[in-house]
Amino acid sequence: MKKLQEPGRQSPEIESDDFLSSRVQRRSFLKYAGAGAAGVALIAAGCKKDKNSDIGGGVNLGSGDIAILNYAYALEQLEAAFYIKVTATPYSGITANETTYMTDIRDHEIAHREFLKGAIGAQAIQSLEVDFSSINFTSRDSVLATAMAFEDLGVTAYNGAGYLLKSAEYLLLAGKIVSVEARHASLIRELISVNTFLGDQVDSSSVNISRTPTEVLIIAGKYIKTKLITTGLPS
Amino acid sequence: MNIVNILEEIEKVDGDVYERLSPRRKAMKDFFGMGSKITLAAMPMALGSMFQKAYGQTVPTGVVNVLQYALTLEHFEYNFYLRGYNEAPIPANDKPAIQIIRDSEGKHVEFLKTVISSLGTTPVAAKSSYDFSAGTGTTAGAGNGPFKDVFTNYVTFLAVAQVLEDTGVRAYKGRAGELLGQKVYLTAALGIHAVEARHAAKIRYMRRLNGHAPNLKVYITGANDSGVPAADGNYAGENNVVQGGLTVTTFPGVSGNISVNAASEAFDEPLTATQVLALVAPFGVS
Repeated sequence: MKKLQEPGRQSPEIESDDFLSSRVQRRSFLKYAGAGAAGVALIAAGCKKDKNSDIGGGVNLGSGDIAILNYAYALEQLEAAFYIKVTATPYSGITANETTYMTDIRDHEIAHREFLKGAIGAQAIQSLEVDFSSINFTSRDSVLATAMAFEDLGVTAYNGAGYLLKSAEYLLLAGKIVSVEARHASLIRELISVNTFLGDQVDSSSVNISRTPTEVLIIAGKYIKTKLITTGLPS
Repeated sequence: MNIVNILEEIEKVDGDVYERLSPRRKAMKDFFGMGSKITLAAMPMALGSMFQKAYGQTVPTGVVNVLQYALTLEHFEYNFYLRGYNEAPIPANDKPAIQIIRDSEGKHVEFLKTVISSLGTTPVAAKSSYDFSAGTGTTAGAGNGPFKDVFTNYVTFLAVAQVLEDTGVRAYKGRAGELLGQKVYLTAALGIHAVEARHAAKIRYMRRLNGHAPNLKVYITGANDSGVPAADGNYAGENNVVQGGLTVTTFPGVSGNISVNAASEAFDEPLTATQVLALVAPFGVS
């Protein structure tokens, strides 16, 4: 791995131009070329200078079980922030039932977020800065499609990280959360299209798919501005 | 489920499965070549020895026990939907969902049978009959229990389906710890666990939309939100609001603290194998 470049080595003008173009590039890569480019940005966060990050180079998830919990905490922060925004600025035509569901789910995600923060204690990562610029919060389609993506992603994330945990207690607590995420996913999918509660989230044996932390962070990276240093994540 | 399916399943969580099974590609090729010639009946044996060589040293017997337990419950669920789909007065609108869930449970049965066989163990069989009315005492096994109209009354059918799905979620959760660190088996169990939760949410949503339980949520609110008094045991402890020593209702929400309802909904609770087996015993499951 390359050492971090000293910040401020370039002139402010170049820094600024470079910053803009790299932001735009990343955006378009994410949007049009799939998630690969964002993944590189995230994974390489620990060893490559990025003008968009803190001087320290990003937020370190730590190692071992703490890293897995911080990873979950990052995802719950993202989900909670999303539903807080959804309920603060509801999409046009939202029904009373949908308002109830969104408010319920918001509170569940806040509960998950605060629980993980408390469970991790002093080693918890800071509050992350999110990027929801790709979401149209006035559009039901846009909001529900994003909700579905987040809920499905959350399920695959907990399922894919379960075996990495060394503590049976943490595994049980993750299990208590993941089935609630699956319930959310099922509901959101039904709100979008009836009888899609399993949809493309199961394989030919009707087992829910799972994703490695690396795969998850590539997808979630689109919505997280803060750099995450993931080098200590077990794999 | 065939040999290629199971290898693909395992490859998803263990990218080294082919290397593990045989470090030489030629040997793998030979095996598949042979696979087309040997009879279906001989396949489990061939699979068993192959997987035992690859994983035998690292798979504790406890793993097989958990898988057999899961299969016992999946047999029961699959048979419930198999009969229900054919006999219960399911409205046309709801038929596709029940079919999806029935087939999903059927796939879990086949999947678990294959995995257990691959470990050199005979999978537990389905019971020759179940008592879906959940009779106990003098009505045990007679189809005369509290849910005796389960296949003639759609309201009862969906209520029982909800209880079974929620209980299934709790059952898997309760034994995950026994699969700690088992990449292949824990990941598969968590994958089924999540699907049971998706089923449970769908059934709950159907009960709400059908007006059977107009205020029911897709997540479990409080101790027993099913409206089925006989299911109190199935929901015992679901009203828990203390997680890992932290009281969820002390967490700040958007306006005030997280409510008691939200705190209970946000976390699903486990059941032990002893608890689950006692709950399903009236259905003839053992």
